[in-house]
Parts: sequence; C-alpha cells; structure tokens
Amino acid sequence: MTTTPGDVPAIEFQDVVKRFGDNTVLDRLNFSVPQGQRITLIGPSGSGKTTILRLLMTLEELSGGLILIDGDPYTHEYKGEKWVAVPERRRRVVRNRVGMVFQQFNLFPNMSVLENIIESPVHVLKKSKDEAVADAERLLDKVGMSEKRDFKTNELSGGQQQRVAIARALAMDPEILLLDEVTSALDPEIVADVLDVLREIADTTDITMLLVTHEMQFAREVSDRVLMFDKGQIVEEADPETMFTNPSHERTQAFLKAVLGG
Amino acid sequence: MSDDLQTLVDRLPGLADGVLVTLQMTLGGAVLAMVVAVVLGFGSRTQSLWVRGPSRVVVEFFRGTSLVVQLFWLFYVLPQFGFKMEALAVAVLALGLNYGAYASEVVRGSIASVPKGQWEAATALNMTWLHKVRRVIFPQAWALMIPMLANLLIQLLKGSALAYYITLQDVNFWTVELRRATADTIFSYTAGLLVYFVIAYLLTWGMNLLEERAKRRLGRGTRPSLREAFGLKPRAMYAPKVPEARGAI
Repeated sequence: MTTTPGDVPAIEFQDVVKRFGDNTVLDRLNFSVPQGQRITLIGPSGSGKTTILRLLMTLEELSGGLILIDGDPYTHEYKGEKWVAVPERRRRVVRNRVGMVFQQFNLFPNMSVLENIIESPVHVLKKSKDEAVADAERLLDKVGMSEKRDFKTNELSGGQQQRVAIARALAMDPEILLLDEVTSALDPEIVADVLDVLREIADTTDITMLLVTHEMQFAREVSDRVLMFDKGQIVEEADPETMFTNPSHERTQAFLKAVLGG
Repeated sequence: MSDDLQTLVDRLPGLADGVLVTLQMTLGGAVLAMVVAVVLGFGSRTQSLWVRGPSRVVVEFFRGTSLVVQLFWLFYVLPQFGFKMEALAVAVLALGLNYGAYASEVVRGSIASVPKGQWEAATALNMTWLHKVRRVIFPQAWALMIPMLANLLIQLLKGSALAYYITLQDVNFWTVELRRATADTIFSYTAGLLVYFVIAYLLTWGMNLLEERAKRRLGRGTRPSLREAFGLKPRAMYAPKVPEARGAI
C-alpha cells in the first residue's frame, strides 16, 4: 500500500456500467470500500452482486466507468477525455492485490493440493520454492487440511476442496479477498466447516473482504456493512444489525423475508 | 512358398531400413503436426480476426487438399520456384501440415472442453496467458486429446506409405521390391500389411500408455493391468469421486 490505511478506499467504483449485450446489469454504480472492511452484498439473483466481484477480478470487462484499487486505476482509465483500457501488464500489478474464491472451487486437477497452492507464489510472486512450501503448509494448517497436502484434488470432498481453494487464494497475500457464494455448492453439514475457516481469517487478518453469500447469519457476524442490491443499484446500505433486524427499504424487507423464511 | 520365405529373410536388412524411413516420417510428421496443431488450434480460438482468420484458412486448406497432391506439389513443383528439399523433408512437411490441420481441430475442441472456471481461477492467481495454458489448461486438455491424436497418428503412419511415390525407400518400397523379387503378389503384400500392422499396434500401445499417464496426473487413472496395457481397447474413463460436492467439476 502506498498510503496510510484508511486514507484511500481499498476499492472504489465510479459510475461503473456493465452491459451484457442489451442487458444492462450495472448502471452507473458508485460505492467504495475502506481498507480492511468486510462488506456483504445481498440481493436477488441477477441483481449484479456476482458481476461486481467478477469485474474486480477482471473476469468481465467494464462497459463504462472506473474501478480504483487503493486509488490506482485498475482495468480502465481516462487519458484526457478518453476512456481507455489499461494494458494487461499494468493490470497484473494491481491484480496481485486481489484474490478470489469461487462457488465451484476451481482447483487445478492436474496438481496436488500443495502444488495448487504454491504454483502462483512461485511463478507469479517469484518466491523461492522453500518459502512458498513453508507458507503453504502454514495455510493448510490454518484451514485444517495439512494431512491432505499431497492428495489429488478430486480425492477431496467439496468442503475440503473449498478450504484448499481458500488457502490457495491466501497464499498470494491479497489485500482484497472476493468470496463468491463460496458455500453454495456444498452440502449443508459441510458449510459450517468452511464458514469457521472464513471466520478465523476475518478475525486474524486485516484483509478487505467482499462477500456474496446467502448465509445471512454468517454475513451478520463478520461484516461491517451490508449492501442490498436490486437491478444493479444499491437500494439500501446499513450495518448488519440494522439491515437484518430493521431494514428500512421495502425491497429489502421482502427479500430478507423470502430468504430467511420469516 | 519356402523360396518366398527365403527371399524375405534375405531382405530383412532392407526391411530394417524401410521401417526406419517409415518411422522417421511418422514421428517427424507427428512432431511437426503437433506443433502446427497447437499453433492453429489456439489461433482458431483467439478473439483477434487477424489471427483467427489465417488460422482457419490454413486449417481448411490443408484439410481440404489431397495428401498425394500436396506431396507431389512440394516435391516436383516447389523446386521450380527454387526451393528444393530432400524427399524425407518433403514427406515430413506434407504429413505434418496435413495431419496438423486435422489435429488442430482436436486441440481446439479439447481446449474448449476445459471448464471456464479453470481459466478464471488461473486469472485470479494472476497468471500470464502462457502460464495458464502451459501449467493449467493444456495438461487437462492433453488427457482429452490423446485418444483422438492416437487415431490421427495411425492415419499418419498409413499416409506415409504415399512417400514411396516421391522416391523414399520406406516399408511400402520394401514391399514392392519384395514382390519384384518373389513375383508373388499375395505373399509380398500380405507381408507389407503385417509390417504396417505391427508398427501401428506399437504406436497405439505407446499412446495408450501416454493416455494412462495423463489421466493419472489428473487423479483419474488406475494402474493398468498387463492385459489392458497391451490391449488395443482404450480404457474407460473413471468418473472423479467427489461425493459431497454438488455440480463439482
């Protein structure tokens, strides 16, 4: 980080537009996330929450506006009046600060658990192999997967794969961690294990986190702020207590009622 | 018949030379075809029309023209433009371009079959394009493409018999010479068939081993029994066992 934490937002969306063909998913969205904050994005499917994470991971291209990471332009910038894409070489510098965990884990099946974790630290961050292995072992211990170090990924259950995927993302020392419905593909009895791991990371690090989740109880425990999305717009923004017990917007009330079954 | 056999035994050293030439063409052609296939296979996938267009044209051209005509053209026509190549080089080039065009479709299809999530995870780990392809995507696609490449390799071996017409002394040449010496068409061409069959069998066996190894690296293989290893039947794919994951890849 180039500035004192807190000075510059970790993430800033300025008039962000994202269209898929004729379908406008995000229409001039503005919001920012201070350093170290944990933000949960909630809202009905199709409201643009996942798109926000995918834009932050450069898995989708912006249609308009800017995304700033620590104040630095990330995927696009203005040169004078002209809105231009930032070349991949410069995007990679900023992308190093961002990590992501996916709904479907996306571990590499051609590598062992350990190899999955050390691949990018060694080849992208240019860490020595010994250092990367030592870091990986520490992280595997943290997520409770030490004994599976040399297993193939498809020898693991879904919950185990997701814990490895979390360790793999953390091995890149991200400043920002994006969690995209990370428990949605898991059986209910496994979900708690994965949430425990995330809770510990939230408690022991100062990583800025953006979560898209349907685990409202978990969101309530770990987030500093909850954003309610509908049709690509933030309809309500509040601390978790207020959002979950006393939402003011009727759209939020209806959504939470449907999700919580209350 | 015993005279025929004696003639064949006398000509075994010639057979060794012929097999060597056939193998040189087959393996040389296969290596070149693989390079062509990877370049054109990825070229056909890019967004840029300036890369994709030429890639498609080259693929369609070499798939759409006869191998014999390509051989003759490279061997007899090209020298008139001042490019003269040895017969073996011509054969390797023609086989490599022709089968490379077919194999590029195999490469393209296999790359497309690797789940999109694998590319995305690699992006999230900030890998370069080349790093993604080399370490993540290709190793997975490779396991998918081997059975189809094995088919093409056998076809390439058989296609190499055409090189006899551009003066190469391969197995086909040896067969023709054997017929001349024995004046026994049935005997000599049957011998030729068997020689090609044995080479094809060994190549198939080698490709099965490669496939097994590639699958095992993906955690899907099991140690093959001797019968399976030597057998010609490709082994069944084993479904990954991920009991707890729904919709896992």
